[in-house]
Amino acid sequence: MAQAAAAPKKKIEAVPDKLHVWPYLVRLEFLCAIVTIVALTVWSIVIDAPLEEAANPTKTPNPSKAPWYFLGLQDILVYFDPWFAGVVAPVLIIVGLMLIPYLDVNPKGNGYYTYHERKVAIWVYCFGFLVLWIALIIMGVFLRGPGWNLFMPWQYWDPHKVVALTSVDLPYAFGVRTYNGAMLFGGMVLSAYFAIGTAVYFFMERKALKSVGFVRMFIKIQLLLIMVGMVIKIVLRLGFNIKYVLVTPWFNI
Amino acid sequence: MASNSPQIPSIAELMDKIKSGKIFTEIAKEITESQIWTSSFRHGYADTPRNRVLQIASNVWLHLHPVKIHRHALRIKFTWCMGGITFLLFLSTVVTGVILMFYYRPVGEYAYYDMKYLQYDVPFGMLMRNMHRWAAHAMVITVWLHMFRVFLTGSYKPPREFNWVIGVFLVTFTLLLSFTGYLLPWDQLAMWAVTVGTNMARATPFLGNEGPFAEFVGATPRYDARSLLIGGSVVGPPALLRFYVLHCIFIPLIAGALMIVHFWRIRKDGGISGPL
Ligand code: HEM
Repeated sequence: MAQAAAAPKKKIEAVPDKLHVWPYLVRLEFLCAIVTIVALTVWSIVIDAPLEEAANPTKTPNPSKAPWYFLGLQDILVYFDPWFAGVVAPVLIIVGLMLIPYLDVNPKGNGYYTYHERKVAIWVYCFGFLVLWIALIIMGVFLRGPGWNLFMPWQYWDPHKVVALTSVDLPYAFGVRTYNGAMLFGGMVLSAYFAIGTAVYFFMERKALKSVGFVRMFIKIQLLLIMVGMVIKIVLRLGFNIKYVLVTPWFNI
Repeated sequence: MASNSPQIPSIAELMDKIKSGKIFTEIAKEITESQIWTSSFRHGYADTPRNRVLQIASNVWLHLHPVKIHRHALRIKFTWCMGGITFLLFLSTVVTGVILMFYYRPVGEYAYYDMKYLQYDVPFGMLMRNMHRWAAHAMVITVWLHMFRVFLTGSYKPPREFNWVIGVFLVTFTLLLSFTGYLLPWDQLAMWAVTVGTNMARATPFLGNEGPFAEFVGATPRYDARSLLIGGSVVGPPALLRFYVLHCIFIPLIAGALMIVHFWRIRKDGGISGPL
């Protein structure tokens, strides 16, 4: 939009639209490089890289934290079993990111900043990146203490903090007491979530089906439902003390 | 060449040239027209449109650039300069990392003490280590910001879909580079962070000994996805060696190759995206 407004002015000044890379881009890169290297050098002179005591396999620190950029995933371990938080979720993130150009078929907003022409896309990405990734990392770095319990910055990291583990599984909360019954109930809840979510999406977007295509829409809504599902699970756990939705002999969700 | 029989200028002439600044043009001319110079650079030095083109097109390092670009691609407000800075930080880690490799042995008995030696005895050792570590951490942040910018400008849309996919590989390898390097100081921080991280592999469906359906595949603690990664059932010296090789050879080579493809594709896809 701003581009359109600026266009007439450009014509008046008769500035060419294309410029030589040498010198205009190369000198910019050079300046940028100098600033970056100076900043890195100053930072490295002022702050030393950490080196703790020698590795000791018999002395487990509490808390043991992964490198900071993985703490979002480590935090999800509170709500999901390792096979999901540590393996399936990262794979889904990587595959999902790779699929973005093939799922987002909105031709608008290619090569300029715009919010209005692609609101949903911007919201989804910002939510995933800023909330599910960055906010969880910040929480993991600063607020997770011994036993992976939550501590506010002003609280003492008490390694003996007692947190009552009162969580129950969703089927149990609904009064299902037998093992097989719980499995059936959990399976139904999960399938219903995905089936209804998919159906509602296809109904709302039925006009787009022809142009966008079934496979595209189907994969898109499954990925979105998984992302929203993770948030629902976190809310269930924090707000309602629900541990698992589906319990099977092989895995739990 | 100025002339075959050099004239010795008088002092007054020389002073005149120095005062008027002409001396610099003359020295520059002497240098840029010498045989050494003209044989090194395949184009003239004078600032002409033709030389501006050749400066890029005939230089192996610069030719990944297009010769001309759109004016808007120069705006830092548009690119945030993040892709370029990521690449520069990568290069910084390569340079400082090679220097560190002269002093570091990836062996259980030595690794930690080599770090101490590097920090306290090697001239500029601490600075090299700091620069390597901080550049690596900064690179993680800048690559995320680069990706965020590319998303916000919708630059993954046709014809740049494939370069986005390459980019996702690059962000993954950037994280893996950083993660494998995290173990090498062989201190408590390193060992336990990597233990926490690699413990996840234990839960891989089918292939991890504690993962769903492992019993159908027969994965055991000594023989599963995690033991493949760390060469044993705990993070010990074999893990150190494996991570060292991955960190110094395997991942940098792949990431470097992908970066070349990435830059090449930017150019082939019509330069930096922009409003059309
Ligand atoms: C090691 C990591 C990376 C390096 C060194 C790198 C480098 C660059 C550079 C120098 C540019 C030129 C424009 C700019 O600076 O913004 C660029 C553009 C681009 N990058 Fe990356 N990049 C990396 C990772 C990624 C990632 C993770 C993605 C996305 C998932 C990505 C997608 C793109 C795309 C689509 C363009 C074209 C942008 C446009 O035309 O506006 N890159 N990259």
